[in-house]
Formats: sequence, C-alpha cells, structure tokens
Amino acid sequence: MSIQTMPASQARPAAEQSLPAAIQVEALSKTFALRPVLRGLTFAVPARARVALLGPNGAGKTTLLRILATLAKPSAGEVLVAGFDVRHDADQVRRRVGYVGHQPHLYEDLSARENLEFFGRMYGISDHRARADALLERFGLRAKANERVRALSRGQVQRLALARGILHEPALLLLDEPDTGLDEDALALLAEVVRARAAAGVTTLLTTHQIARGLALAETALVLAGGRLVHNGPAAALDVDDVRALYTARRGAR
Amino acid sequence: MITMITLRRFGAQTASILWKDLRCELRARQVWMAMGMFALLALVIFNFAFDLRVDNVAAVAPGALWIAFVFASILGLGRTFAAEQEHGSLDRLLLCPVDRKAIYAAKLLGNLVFIGAVELISLPVFAAIYNLPVLTGGIIPIVLLGTVGIAAIGTLFAAIAGNTRAREVLLPLLVFPLIVPVVIGAVRATQGLISPLAGDLPWLGLIAAFDVIFLSISAVTFAYVIEE
Repeated sequence: MSIQTMPASQARPAAEQSLPAAIQVEALSKTFALRPVLRGLTFAVPARARVALLGPNGAGKTTLLRILATLAKPSAGEVLVAGFDVRHDADQVRRRVGYVGHQPHLYEDLSARENLEFFGRMYGISDHRARADALLERFGLRAKANERVRALSRGQVQRLALARGILHEPALLLLDEPDTGLDEDALALLAEVVRARAAAGVTTLLTTHQIARGLALAETALVLAGGRLVHNGPAAALDVDDVRALYTARRGAR
Repeated sequence: MITMITLRRFGAQTASILWKDLRCELRARQVWMAMGMFALLALVIFNFAFDLRVDNVAAVAPGALWIAFVFASILGLGRTFAAEQEHGSLDRLLLCPVDRKAIYAAKLLGNLVFIGAVELISLPVFAAIYNLPVLTGGIIPIVLLGTVGIAAIGTLFAAIAGNTRAREVLLPLLVFPLIVPVVIGAVRATQGLISPLAGDLPWLGLIAAFDVIFLSISAVTFAYVIEE
C-alpha cells in the first residue's frame, strides 16, 4: 500500500522550518513519588531526523515521550519542542506533535470516520471531513469507514491510530512502541509511514523493543538505561548486540 | 475580536466533545439505563418502606425523591471519566490543543442531559405512586438548580476519583458531604411546592448560590485536576 503525504512545508509556516532543533532537552529529570525515572537528560534532535529511542523496560522511554507530548511535566530541566516550552507553551506544542502509542486510544463506539472527524475538530482542522476521508483512503480503511472501531481487527485499529496521529500534519511524530502486536502487513505499513513522514520533513522519534527494527528505521539512536542517556549517535554504527551491551553496562554500573 | 474567536472555539470544542460523549453513551447504553432503573426502583422501595399517610407524605416524599435523584446521579457521574480512562482515550483527548474548561463544560452538559432524562422519567412516576401534585411549573427551577449543583461538583470530583483505583467508592464519599446544602435546599423547596409554608426560607436562592460557587470552583480547578 502506498502512503502519500502532504509535504510538511505546505502545512507549516516558513519560520518554523528554519528552527534548528525539533527537540531540545536540557538537564531533564523526572521523579515519581521521590523515585527518579529520568536523570539529567541532555540532547537535541534536529528537524527532519528519524530517531529510535531504545532502552530496557523501566528505562524511562515512555515517560520521556509523555513529557515531550505535554502529558507529563518535567520535575527539573528544560524541554523545548519546535522551540516551544512544554510547560509554558503546552498548546503550541500540542498543535505540532502527533502521538501514536501501543494502545490505539480510540473511541470504540464511534466509527472509524467519526473518530477521525472528532479529532479533526479537536485540532481545529477546518476541512476535517475531507481530511478524514483522504486518510481513510490512504490507509486502506475506506470500506470500513462507517464501522465501529470495536468491530475492526487489531491491524485495522492500529492503522486508524496511525492515521489519527498524522491527521493534523504534525511537525514531530512520537511513536511509543507502535509495533506491539502488529502483523507483518501492519509492520510494513508502519515502516512506510515513518519513511514517508520523514521524506515530508517530519521529525520522528520512536520507541520499540525490537532493536533491529528500530535501528533500521532510524538515522540516530538514543539509548536510555536507568533513566540516563547512555548513547546518542548514528544508528548505523550500532548493531543489536551493541545496544544490548549498553543496557547491561548501565545495569552493572548502578 | 479575539474574545469572540476564543468563545466560538470554546463553544465548538465543547459541542464536539458533548456530541462524542452522547453518541458513545447512546450506543453503549452503559449508564443511562442503569440510572433510570435505579431511580424508579428507589422510588418504589421507599413507597413500600415508609408508612405514608396523607398527613406525612408531603414531609417524607420529597426526601425520597431527592435521594433517588442523588444516588442515580452518582451512578452516571462515576462513569464520566472512567470510560475514557479505561481505554486511555482521556490522555489522547488531553494531547489535543483543547481548552480544559471546554472538556469540563462538555462533561457537565453530558451529565445534565442524562440526569435530566432520568428525572424527566422519574417525576411522573413519583407523582403517581406518592399521589402528590408536583407536576407543575414550580418543580422545573427546583430540579434544574438542584441538578446543576449535583452535576457541577460531581463532574469535578469524578475527574479526581477517576485517577484512583477505588473510584467507585471514593466518588460518593467526596461528593455527598459537599452537596448536602443543595440537597437540603431542594428537598425543602419541593416540600414548599407541595404544601407552602408562610415565611419559609428562600431555598431556591440558597441552591442557586451553591451552584455558582460549585461552578466557579470547578471551572478554576479542573485543569489542575485533569492534568498531571
């Protein structure tokens, strides 16, 4: 299936395209009930980059994504997304971020089209009906458009969640283990979406437990272990064993 | 001009969330059927449980009516955010650039619609089985103001309780003590409608005052409650 995308330059103002970093994180820490989850992270992701965020369970990947998406607040440090502070300019960040999690988070009693139209209205998209129809067509869901989400298969639901993630043409796409429970066709679709969005100028940050898949999809790899950033470099320079060694090296150092 | 655009945007967001909630609930039929059945059963049980005679029915029946309304409301209020939180869709809604007050307004209006529907069905049944002349124009402001008070604070606390595991237990424990003044006012105003007393207190004014307080507190604090 071919995923065509609208060039990001059509959807965003010129000033935004000239921003040097899509994500700028400085000394970010996060604690839950005195338990540190992220410890002094500092890194930057340039615009249009494809980044894999890797790490073992409990490394803090989801927490970092939730902070970038404004769903959680940093305990300390500064986080800028497209130049906007996640704490003080949360609405500006939300307009520019698309988020797809391993759970679809769709309304099961609404149809596929109604879900897309509802979120289109939430993002203030003026032609939300036309946009919803176009995405349903692109993601091969046209025949299922009027069926309730609870009647769709897992793969169809995840496709719909992906469509919803790019509905508002976000400048930054956050993918939190989007490959969980997907069959081969859906995985191929996911890879195609990531590459197509990158070609359209969208920055992508994805987490996955499938290290090889993450490295193949990304240009840059960030490796978290124990809430610390233990690697930030080209994905091509790493293989699966290197990443596993980074996980365990951190564990040994603690 | 900016205010008009902001207001229009607020209205559109509120209407969209309300449309979504009503559509989901009407299709799932999880709550409103249970609320309606509960209210009707409560009224029937109270009718058998109390020794109602002509001289005491006006004093007892309004209490039974409002207890049925309050308990049925709690059933619906408890589901305000629970359904969204179970599917994780509340997080997805919070990811959108939506005014948090619009989320509160939509949830409040949704609760008012469902509680109002239950009251609309229950009132004629109440009038028939207790043989009381309550189906007059005077009952409308009492029910309307009483319901707004219950739903205003109930919607706020549903968001707080929704983040806890014991939300079904916690919600009534949080809400009941706070709505006591509204329930007392509503019961006494309903009694006044059935058998007017000279020099009775302006109960409707008391309920309206609490409604304003509850709505103001909820509008100011909701964003802090719903976000981390």
